[in-house]
Amino acid sequence: MSVRALVIGLGNPDRGDDAVGLHVARQVATLGLPDVVVEEAGGDSLALLDRWAAVRRVVLIDAAASIALPGRIHRLDPLAGPLPRDFALGSTHAFGLAEAVELARTVGLLPQRMTIYAIEAVCFDSGAALSPAVAAAVIPAAGRIAVELAEGQGDA
Amino acid sequence: MATKTIRVDTLTRVEGEGALELDIADGAVAGVRLSIFEPPRFFEALLRGRAGAEAPDITARICGICPVAYQMSAVHAIEDAWGITVDGPLRALRRLLYCGEWIESHALHIVLLHAPDFLGFPDAISMAAAHAEAVQRGLALKKAGNEVLRLLGGREIHPVNVRVGGFYRVPTRAELAPLAATLEAAHAQAVALARWVAEFPFPEFARNYEFVALRHPDEYPLNAGRIVSNRGLDIAVAEYEAAFAERHVAHSTALQSGLRARGSYLVGPLARFNLNHDRLGPSVQALAAELGLAPGCANPFRSIIVRAIEVVYACEEALRLIAAYEPPSAPAVPVAPRAGEGTACTEAPRGILFHRYRLDAEGSILEARIVPPTSQNQSTIEDDLRIIATRDLRLPEDELRDHCEQAIRNYDPCISCSTHFLRLEVRRR
Repeated sequence: MSVRALVIGLGNPDRGDDAVGLHVARQVATLGLPDVVVEEAGGDSLALLDRWAAVRRVVLIDAAASIALPGRIHRLDPLAGPLPRDFALGSTHAFGLAEAVELARTVGLLPQRMTIYAIEAVCFDSGAALSPAVAAAVIPAAGRIAVELAEGQGDA
Repeated sequence: MATKTIRVDTLTRVEGEGALELDIADGAVAGVRLSIFEPPRFFEALLRGRAGAEAPDITARICGICPVAYQMSAVHAIEDAWGITVDGPLRALRRLLYCGEWIESHALHIVLLHAPDFLGFPDAISMAAAHAEAVQRGLALKKAGNEVLRLLGGREIHPVNVRVGGFYRVPTRAELAPLAATLEAAHAQAVALARWVAEFPFPEFARNYEFVALRHPDEYPLNAGRIVSNRGLDIAVAEYEAAFAERHVAHSTALQSGLRARGSYLVGPLARFNLNHDRLGPSVQALAAELGLAPGCANPFRSIIVRAIEVVYACEEALRLIAAYEPPSAPAVPVAPRAGEGTACTEAPRGILFHRYRLDAEGSILEARIVPPTSQNQSTIEDDLRIIATRDLRLPEDELRDHCEQAIRNYDPCISCSTHFLRLEVRRR
């Protein structure tokens, strides 16, 4: 199968809303989009640079520390410019997603197309389920990703 | 009385959360506190009542950067309690797994966390524009180390394949072959990395440290050895708690370790190199000599070169282990839980990591004791900072702060592990 796009959900499955990226990725996987590979990742954001090295189009989904509205979906295009600083796409580890993307940009390792879906999260408690407002964003976010990838179906 | 406080609220480019506070009174440094405010994690308590066999997987969760160190100290301590000896190819595979962790952990710290300090950049992203090749080299080395963890550990972070008695599954020779090709390339990159860092400008700084590391009769230490120092300490691992004590300090959620007899000591790459230079082998010794590094080095800023030398060593050692590998007849030796007490100490990338477990007749954990390397280096870091802050007191506050942070990073502190960390606060009175 030729890989047209790589969708990666990011998060920790055991830390409440931090898992929302994983849930969205699973939802995208159920849609069976042609030539789209769906993966889940957590922890080491720098390892992402290896994962997307061989792919021209990448969609990342991650939780963002809530700015105002839990469950609100933001679509970010890192190729259009630096990621906004007010997004806490952070990590308790030394490198978070935002740092990994900026490092990849500087050394020329960004794919040709990249989209980041950041979903505002509110609860990061150990063992917690997704909070209702964040859970309600899973299917709409997966739908937006499916539409975006369908529109790009003619792309190489 | 003129007083001033300089504070670094959140130390960056370290693993976990902590801060630094400097008190300055009448133009002199009156207090240095490396304050670790990451919440305590209570691993020793949550291990009680769990099966001894679970200790390697539970303690691996203490750290995403050095999970193998936790697995190795835990598994060897439980095996010590149950009278199990793991040798031959199983022992060699554990050493290979540990080499993978040294490569990925050291490469991350050298290139992405510490190098920007020496080259005057605020972070690796800013540094990458001017040093793209070096950053790509660091990323490639980290990837090579991760591949060792993926193959032997089942996955890169928090590997799951280590068990008491050996492994759940061991690789075939054919499975190890592609890893050898990766490590051959990594070795060349590691040599280039060592030559790159050796050219950095190094502050003039040296202290009369007590270096503590493992020492093994034949090997550069990873999983086994006696605990030795440059001041005559030479003890079996089981004697660790008789020689070292932990104490609580109000400004830190991490306990601080000291030698009962002499107080602060230094663990990690610089200690290992100084105490085990003769175990590095001729080619790595020759590279160290070419880079101007000789045993007895007491400048902690040069530990970045030692880390790079250890990456070269780990690549060489991993290749040697792969070439000599003959798959064992079984992935693990038989295990029979029993009542007892076991200890182990292994060389995490940041220094010695001690574990002790007391187990009941069913093999459940009654008591667990874990002493990570960052706890052991904490008071030595404070001692370094006291000297550096005193020397640099008249510099602008930004420069003083930068120098202090660079000095902390000499130790590659893992704050998450030690809360068991970093902000700089300077109070001038």
